[in-house]
Amino acid sequence: MKLGVLFSGGKDSAYACWRAMQHEEVACLVSILSRNEESYMFHTPNTRWVPLQAEAAGIPLVQAETEGREEAELDDLRQVIRIAMDRHGIEGIVTGALQSVYQASRIQRICADLGLWCFNPLWHADPHRYLQDLISRGFRVIFAGVFSRPFDASWLGREMDRDTLQALEGIARAHRITLTGEGGEYETFVLDAPFFRRRIVVQEAIPEFRTDRGLYRITRAALGEK
Amino acid sequence: MILVLDLCERENSLSTYEFVEPVAGIVRRKGFPVQVRHHLRLTGDDLTSAERIILCGTALRDNAFAERPAAFAWLRGARVPVLGICAGMQAVALAFGGSLVPSREIGMTEIRSVRSDSLLEGYDRFPVYELHDAGVLPPAPFLVLAESDRCIQAIRHRDLPIYGILFHPEVRNEWVVERFLALPWRIC
Repeated sequence: MKLGVLFSGGKDSAYACWRAMQHEEVACLVSILSRNEESYMFHTPNTRWVPLQAEAAGIPLVQAETEGREEAELDDLRQVIRIAMDRHGIEGIVTGALQSVYQASRIQRICADLGLWCFNPLWHADPHRYLQDLISRGFRVIFAGVFSRPFDASWLGREMDRDTLQALEGIARAHRITLTGEGGEYETFVLDAPFFRRRIVVQEAIPEFRTDRGLYRITRAALGEK
Repeated sequence: MILVLDLCERENSLSTYEFVEPVAGIVRRKGFPVQVRHHLRLTGDDLTSAERIILCGTALRDNAFAERPAAFAWLRGARVPVLGICAGMQAVALAFGGSLVPSREIGMTEIRSVRSDSLLEGYDRFPVYELHDAGVLPPAPFLVLAESDRCIQAIRHRDLPIYGILFHPEVRNEWVVERFLALPWRIC
């Protein structure tokens, strides 16, 4: 089955893409560039670099922009999925939804209306096992944004490795936040993945941190050999 | 051993992560040994060694299970508690002579109990996650336990501990699976 993967550039959509590739054919990545950094539906930090990630993976990209208004962005998503259907003949959509009923049910409805299959291969996955697997499979993931205490500027640009995971588990326990960032506590950006033919090299980035929230804005990046 | 049945159209499908693993995870976290089996690979040994059986849901477009009545004929002779979830409830209803009716519900909805039963006791109204294109017309030996505004949400066999629930308890209602695992009765 030909599938399109809703791809934000973060760990969840990249891992969902990799899982989908173990079972079906991923024909394209589908991405929404939201102008609203508070978007309800779409991960926003560094989505401008998704085309470079698609190039690294060697997978065609279908991308559209949205103003990011709460329900109007769903129409934009529907439109971009239609384009992916026309261009690549996809029969289904894959998402990296973990627990968000808000996100998952809206995408399920769009897929049902369009006659598409919908797959959420991370749905209610065990958070610890998922992140451990992500690291051990060779995904290279950095923190692209932090949005809650106790995350501080030191987390921006930090790589998700075993030490980081251990620290993250301590924070999740102590502050009752989700280990995976599902509650919007942090966002990530994928530099490399098992299905990438080349990796992303960040050449310049600007960490910005103000009270309780920060972004790691990548301003220059290129492809490098693995 | 708790037998968790995968009703997806193929074994090891991409949907397994979404519809089977979360249910198996609930059972494991409660400390029970789990055997996950695709419905087309079910053996007599699986059935005789199972203490309880859970039939999982499928993707919205995956209705292959409904075209395979022979794969669910064992339900009529089941001697352990059975819980059918979504597609699993549909398979239970079909196995006993019920039928499916078009009814789409996606997302959170409120359901209400309409008959007292130990599975849902204490929950008169509660929100559930729905993902289905069809409801069921339950066969004669089944009682309706709960409904939404749109369709029947939970059923139980009149004499046997065979349940069907249309909503997905693995989302926000894990207690339903936990209660099913703790049901005190067993058919002798």
